[in-house]
Amino acid sequence: MDHTHSTPTEAAHDDGHSFSTKAIWRTFWILLIITVVELALAIWYYETDFLPKHFLNGIFVIGTLAKAFFIIAEFMHLRYELKNLIMTIGIPAMLFLWFLGAFLWDGNSFKNLRNNYDRNHVEQSKKVVKEKEGKHEAKKPGAME
Amino acid sequence: MAQAVAAGQKLWSGGKSPFNVEYGKLMMWYFLMSDAFTFGAFLISYGTIRFSSNSWPDPNQVFRSFPIVGEMPIPLAFVSLMTFILIMSSVTMVLAVGAGHQNDRKGVMKWMFFTILGGLAFLGCQAWEWTHLHHEGAWWGSNPFMNIDGTQSTTNFTNFFFTITGFHGFHVFSGVIINIIMLIMTWKGVFDQKGHYLMIEKAGLYWHFVDLVWVFVFTCFYLL
Repeated sequence: MDHTHSTPTEAAHDDGHSFSTKAIWRTFWILLIITVVELALAIWYYETDFLPKHFLNGIFVIGTLAKAFFIIAEFMHLRYELKNLIMTIGIPAMLFLWFLGAFLWDGNSFKNLRNNYDRNHVEQSKKVVKEKEGKHEAKKPGAME
Repeated sequence: MAQAVAAGQKLWSGGKSPFNVEYGKLMMWYFLMSDAFTFGAFLISYGTIRFSSNSWPDPNQVFRSFPIVGEMPIPLAFVSLMTFILIMSSVTMVLAVGAGHQNDRKGVMKWMFFTILGGLAFLGCQAWEWTHLHHEGAWWGSNPFMNIDGTQSTTNFTNFFFTITGFHGFHVFSGVIINIIMLIMTWKGVFDQKGHYLMIEKAGLYWHFVDLVWVFVFTCFYLL
């Protein structure tokens, strides 16, 4: 296998750029700041309810995608690889967009259909349970909705 | 930025790696792609079930314990600590790879040691979280928490939580084992003999992947 292409030693030192500790620590600070902001918003929401949850969720998703981008590009070094290699990772990953959208849509549709046609389900999910003292009574197996 | 191909350079005529990376590293990337789809499938199925439910427990109520402080509720603090530990261990892993580029054996050993420590700390935290939740009555098939609107919640909540964090924890565990093996190989001079530290890079890719998955798991279960 190895004799047909560049030896590992060549590949290891053939980066085309120098390894930069500065970029790594910069990425660390970016990740840390994004995480701290997300947590601050989450705790602030918990205390005051200052934004609709959907809006907040959107911020969380964007923050997560930003972190993912930095981890993959800098820590995993993908940004510095040949463009074609980046494409073989990036383009299949686009499948995720359809995957996520399709299944969440489906889940939502299931909820609506069930609420429309299954009265028992609607009644069950409206039953408010009183807060119990001390240890909560655990829900037993086989009780999935 | 991304490397451009020099004009006239024939990449696909054989005799060299067309992506200019070693075979093992490329294969690690494609394995990570497959693992990403597995985790993606788990997380998206979690999202689907949640979207199909009329209500769901409030993570701020469920995940509010912290070791040592007893019953005082501090929402999200413990999971923040776990996230910080894992990101730090990712940084030390990159520094280990960097030391490998300089063929600095002692540097690699030092940073790998810290990475392993971070991984073990994360596993310890996850074990504490699981034990604490279990003592409150949570387990596969058993959900003691109410929905956010006060209605009876489903065991889907705990099933998904333990399955996905367990699967992730298993990856962290196997990553720690791999890192320990890397440390031992570095110590024995295997990489000095080979002339390169590429294996550390491949282990590094796996470790960063584990961190990446945690970022998504953390968001889905604790934030959204």
